Amino acid sequence: MTYLVNAFTIVILCAGAFFFLAGTVGLLRFPDSLTRLHALTKVDNLGLGLIVLGLLPQVGGLLAGLKLILVWLLVQVSSAMAAQLIARVARAERRL
Amino acid sequence: MTDFYLIVATFVLTMLALGLLRVVRGPGTADRMMAAQLLGSGGVAILLLSAVATGAYAIVDIALLLALLAAFAAVAFVRDAPATAADITEATDRS
Repeated sequence: MTYLVNAFTIVILCAGAFFFLAGTVGLLRFPDSLTRLHALTKVDNLGLGLIVLGLLPQVGGLLAGLKLILVWLLVQVSSAMAAQLIARVARAERRL
Repeated sequence: MTDFYLIVATFVLTMLALGLLRVVRGPGTADRMMAAQLLGSGGVAILLLSAVATGAYAIVDIALLLALLAAFAAVAFVRDAPATAADITEATDRS
């Protein structure tokens, strides 16, 4: 059973790390601000969500697990808000 | 498993360091701020990984704080950004 849980964690954490790689490649390679913002905000949150999901079976405690989910939710909400605000600035910069 | 968590954390840290190249290259202020946002969410991931790796769950509180500070940084940036003279000169240089 422990092996199964550890295998789950390893697979999900590798997937999360891959999404961080994809986010960085998108941030560096995409042609303009709005596409870069698109790559960054979505892919990164997916990577963080997968890492939290992979760590959940390992924390050994309901309260600690809930706290990890809470951190993820806060990042999710704040990053959605930041994406809107930064997109507004990017659009204004383009129009000037 | 501890080694594995630390390897994943190191990998994410490398990705964040590469993302900082966007701060150097720009071209707009919004692009630079995006790299800072990447640093926020990736930093939270690294802190959570190291919390589970070391068993020191107080690190989760630091992750929570970093997430909050990243949100504040974005808001502060937007409040200030369109009014700065640097943006306008940058935009006119480009056009």
